[in-house]
Amino acid sequence: MEICDLPAYTLAELIQHKEISSLQAVESTLERIAAVDGRSGSLSVEELKPEDADKVHAFITLTADQARQRANEIDKALAIGEEVGPLAGVPFTVKDIFCVKDTPSTAASRILANFVSPYTATPVERMISDGAIMLGKVNLDEFTYGSSNESSAFQPSTRNPWNPARVPGGSSGGSAASVAAGESQLSLGTDTAGSIRQPAAFCGVVGVKPTYGRVSRYGMIAFGSSLDCPGPVARNIMDAALMLRTIAGADPRDATAANIPVPDYLSTIKREVRGMRIGLSPDFFKITYPDPESGEIHQTPIDAEIHEAVLRAAGRLAELGADIVEDVPMPHTRYGIPVYFVISRVEAASNLHRYDGVKYGYRTPDQVQTLQEMYRKSRAQGFGLQPKLRILMGMYVSGAQYSEQYYNRAQKVRTLIRKDYEDIFNPKGAYRLDALLTPTTPTTAFPIGDVYGDSVLMQYADQFTVTANHAGVPGLSMPAGLDQNNLPIGIQLLGADYTEEKLFRIGYAYERVTADDKWRQVKPKALVQ
Amino acid sequence: MTETITPEIFDHLVQLAALELSQDESEYLRKQLNNQLKAIHELEAIPVNDSDEITMHGVSYTNKTAPEMRADIWKKNIDSEDILGQAPQIEDGYIIVPEIPHEELS
Repeated sequence: MEICDLPAYTLAELIQHKEISSLQAVESTLERIAAVDGRSGSLSVEELKPEDADKVHAFITLTADQARQRANEIDKALAIGEEVGPLAGVPFTVKDIFCVKDTPSTAASRILANFVSPYTATPVERMISDGAIMLGKVNLDEFTYGSSNESSAFQPSTRNPWNPARVPGGSSGGSAASVAAGESQLSLGTDTAGSIRQPAAFCGVVGVKPTYGRVSRYGMIAFGSSLDCPGPVARNIMDAALMLRTIAGADPRDATAANIPVPDYLSTIKREVRGMRIGLSPDFFKITYPDPESGEIHQTPIDAEIHEAVLRAAGRLAELGADIVEDVPMPHTRYGIPVYFVISRVEAASNLHRYDGVKYGYRTPDQVQTLQEMYRKSRAQGFGLQPKLRILMGMYVSGAQYSEQYYNRAQKVRTLIRKDYEDIFNPKGAYRLDALLTPTTPTTAFPIGDVYGDSVLMQYADQFTVTANHAGVPGLSMPAGLDQNNLPIGIQLLGADYTEEKLFRIGYAYERVTADDKWRQVKPKALVQ
Repeated sequence: MTETITPEIFDHLVQLAALELSQDESEYLRKQLNNQLKAIHELEAIPVNDSDEITMHGVSYTNKTAPEMRADIWKKNIDSEDILGQAPQIEDGYIIVPEIPHEELS
């Protein structure tokens, strides 16, 4: 096993005990990146070459020199016995939706391609101050608007390390792919409808969407401000817990970061799950989606292999003494996407108005007569199709004559979605669950090009993840097997507000009880070539 | 709620959004918007009343969990040069933009 394949927790221990140096960790990871990543995403219109086909393309910006320099500093500090932080020497990547001082912060959009941030996002700052070493910024769907990474203005977009003809998921596709391929131990992602959990499921890694307000959004380029959650992508549950402990907590720079102490997740993670109540809901075993042409609503069962993986996991947890509660009703799950089509678009349109070619980012080079013409041309040339689509929908559903029937109705249905969760987690209610166990996604990773362009179908990839964003509750996706195409299957744990500690406990127990399962020995294709 | 976004409404939205689009882009985007609207229409199936509560974000804040107010103390933030340095065109500390159409007041 290479150093870059070690989990973060193990690597951090070896570095603390000076058995491995930070520089060795960084060099091992940079070697892996050189071997598997191929060319970084860029705005160039160069055609895809044959040699691009089997590479991961996780990165937009690699900060190798800064990483080596930082590793040297940490190694020196360790040598003289200075305190270096619990993540000292552990490499991590950052989804390029976070601002990092003196680093291009692009949102994978032409409109921010030349933007070099003058400040650093709080979660990144916390990683760095705990000793973690940033290796670079990784690719995503433009402004996070997608579930496949294909909409990035920086091409080639990220490929799935398990099969480079498949998407890595999105929007935190670069984060999940970089962690899965050994190109970093940890990655900082964001989740607005499933953007951490869905790519984590597709790439066979762990992804956590914390409770809304658990992690500061300061320095994160905003999409849906009432839904966005920064969170960890990691190789295993322990690493995700380790990372969340570092990035979580109140922040004077973000008025929505709650003033609630951060538990030491690691101190409770090994406790047994005996007696914990874990629910299964039929509403998460079928998908509801409209026919794109007729609008007619269809309902189909999810992939049988994914359904079985969830039931198998429930069985293993039952063996450990957990109480499995079946037939838990989550009746408003099917409305998660329609509600999201309204609320997230209104918030996106509002957040995207700041890109105007005046203060930073792209300004049209065309000769223009007026300020308005400059706005229109800069935005037309700077934004790709997905941001334009979201702005226009946001404009429509929040328009004075439509907002009652669309925006206000969606916010009321959001209340009902929230209530579904409040009911099942209510300690005095009928179900009294500690967690709900569901599939993360209705399918495993789909082929590149299959869904892209159909904005409705693409959005429905988030059907099982989006309601947690509406409700604000935490969700965790973890690998639970491989399908017949050797693609990872992800299962999800959803919990009540601020109960990440319970999700980690259940996830860790599941990981231990399945440690010797055959599928856990299978490696992503990108690593065996 | 059976509206579709007509070319006229679409053009109005493009104006509001401060965009300008090619014919191809317009056709694609208007079709996608109307497909999304069909999905949104599913919400009509749910009875809601005027008195129903709306949710602005999922987790509510209490006095205890809301962040403390900051003390009203001046703190140095990012250097203004670093911020202005990102502007596409500056002169003497001012951001330069094209002509802003206006009427002279008499």
